[in-house]
Amino acid sequence: MAITEETKSTAAQPAAPPRRRGVRGLIRTLEVDTRLLSMVAALLVIWIGFHILSGGTFLTPRNLWNLSVQTSVVAIMATGMVLIIVSRNIDLSVGSMLGVVAMVMALLQAEILPDILGFGHPAIWIIALVAGVVVGALIGLFQGFIVAYVGVPAFIVTLGGLLVWRGFAWASASGRTVAPMDRTFQLLGGGSRGTIGGTASWIVAGLACLGIVYVLLNGRRQRRRFGFNLRPIWAEVTIGAIGSASVLAAVWFLNRYYMPENVARAYAEDNGIAWPEGGLDIPLGLAIPVLIAIGTAIVMTFVANRRRFGRYVFAIGGNPEAAALGGIKTLRTTMMTFMLMGALVGVASAVQVARLNAATSGLGTLAELYVIAAAVIGGTSFAGGIGTIPGAVLGALVMQSLQSGMVLLGVDAPLQDIVVGIVLVAAVSVDVYFRRRAER
Amino acid sequence: MREGTPLVEMRDMNVSFGGVHAVRDVSIDLYPGEILGLVGGNGAGKSTLVKTLSGAQKADSGQIYIDGKPVSITSPRDAKALGVETIYQTLALAENIDAPANMFLGRELTSRWGNLDDGAMEDAARKVMGRLNPAFENFKVPVESLSGGQRQAVAIAKAVQFNARIMIMDEPTAALGPAETEQVRALMRQLKQEGIGIILISHDIHDVFDLADRISVMLQGRLVGTVDRKDVTMDEVLAMIIIGKLPEEVTTTELEQLHG
Repeated sequence: MAITEETKSTAAQPAAPPRRRGVRGLIRTLEVDTRLLSMVAALLVIWIGFHILSGGTFLTPRNLWNLSVQTSVVAIMATGMVLIIVSRNIDLSVGSMLGVVAMVMALLQAEILPDILGFGHPAIWIIALVAGVVVGALIGLFQGFIVAYVGVPAFIVTLGGLLVWRGFAWASASGRTVAPMDRTFQLLGGGSRGTIGGTASWIVAGLACLGIVYVLLNGRRQRRRFGFNLRPIWAEVTIGAIGSASVLAAVWFLNRYYMPENVARAYAEDNGIAWPEGGLDIPLGLAIPVLIAIGTAIVMTFVANRRRFGRYVFAIGGNPEAAALGGIKTLRTTMMTFMLMGALVGVASAVQVARLNAATSGLGTLAELYVIAAAVIGGTSFAGGIGTIPGAVLGALVMQSLQSGMVLLGVDAPLQDIVVGIVLVAAVSVDVYFRRRAER
Repeated sequence: MREGTPLVEMRDMNVSFGGVHAVRDVSIDLYPGEILGLVGGNGAGKSTLVKTLSGAQKADSGQIYIDGKPVSITSPRDAKALGVETIYQTLALAENIDAPANMFLGRELTSRWGNLDDGAMEDAARKVMGRLNPAFENFKVPVESLSGGQRQAVAIAKAVQFNARIMIMDEPTAALGPAETEQVRALMRQLKQEGIGIILISHDIHDVFDLADRISVMLQGRLVGTVDRKDVTMDEVLAMIIIGKLPEEVTTTELEQLHG
């Protein structure tokens, strides 16, 4: 009954895989994503390159801490853009949506809610945040409905959205800048108050390590349950060790960014600590927006890989007809990807507004381009069906690293744009080249 | 061999696309353990007819009976719930995902909280595939990297996995080499022995003669007729396909002209 040239194994359950040698064999045994690995390598090259060019100012706790905060907004939205592009659509309206949602949240906090609840009411930040996410989701749902059920191409719908929502952002406050935000809400943006401190950061790192171990153990348990091939123990340990070490190293490094002196003084006063001669080194710890971005990425990865919805999004991207014939409600799924995108824009908008402590009507202009670029640099294919959430987050980090590195080097703004544009096209060219080669 | 209630009976089916009457008043039936060959030239309406059974195309009029009971099939989901599985010419596989995910597409196995249980799906896929094609080992790669025969095996395994009673196969061997074709034929005989009814759509008259118990011929949207394979010659079936005449109507000269 041999249907193909394959004759190596005739048992239903696989025999142990043949041993492979060299780097390729190592990667195969560890079962790591080579694309992701090469992106991490590219990121390290960029970082080290800027570090050398800038005379040692790039790889500093301060710079990387700022980089992490600056990446958050684009990273949060890029996780949603992956699913949109994977299902063969596009959303050009995210920047304008961010603007109008920002206005909604800002007006609620600065003008509407204080009049109703009183200034500084503890519920204000929650109401504003929830309202922002809901408005984002509704806008996404509306656009998704037109794309899926009316059948207008997503490019057109969201191009219209780009104009419409920006117009609403202007109209809602007649072009004014709306400020200030609620004090609790501001924490969402990071800044010197919006961090969790050194100790809590170590706790987060510890939990992350436990999480890595849990994922590895769970994977092993699943494979054993059905008698599939198990990864060798040394491979599991290696992956766990590298993963945990990376987390711990990142937190250790970022925890070396200390509070600026005036903030530290205020902190010492508040906590009754005597101000010593040489000042106090109090770690700021991880910024709240960074935690929001990481949390979003984890949830979205889970949705993409372990939920029916995510599976359907990929199936639609791979073969829309097959998905429909499989009984998948493709139109509904498409609409939901836009709604999810809108909700994520709401979250990103909250971070952005909180960070600026204000909403301007131009907020988020051109953000769509950075978000799409992040997803694409992260390996998402416009042909549909291919893309990963961690890739998009890394893509966002690459984009932000380039920009902040060039700022450090004092590169002019026009030249920055030129470089970013070239890198975008070059990254995709390399990706396309390797993908073609893999097909042969 | 045909006794009792037919597994499927399609009565007076009609489908039009705009002004084109793709299927006109066609009635066919299928019995358990039978392979019904459905043949005809391009645009004869074969695929459109079976799509009304698989839920991919809405009929304008006509009634489908399964086990003698009238049923309403308006979506692929309805058809599957009635035990009708379709193996499409294009195979209907999502190229970017792996074999188990394709086999369970739209009917995923989930664990608590509704999370996908990829382990259980891979396990089930390995079991079915072990029966159909023991050499198959590529459970973890996107199906785009599989050969034509392997993809066909995935498509058939999908139908078997869900206990299909009625299987529609649209040109199942069109894209395959000789060895792979023989594999698929063997598979079809095995399915037939398990009591599954198969509607086989094919251009390849040899395929049909080799496998089918009865042959239904369509021409320009109409059913020319249904004949028992044992009672007809290949030329007589060709005459039905090309000039639309039943074996008793066709003249010797016309039969000779077929080869001219």
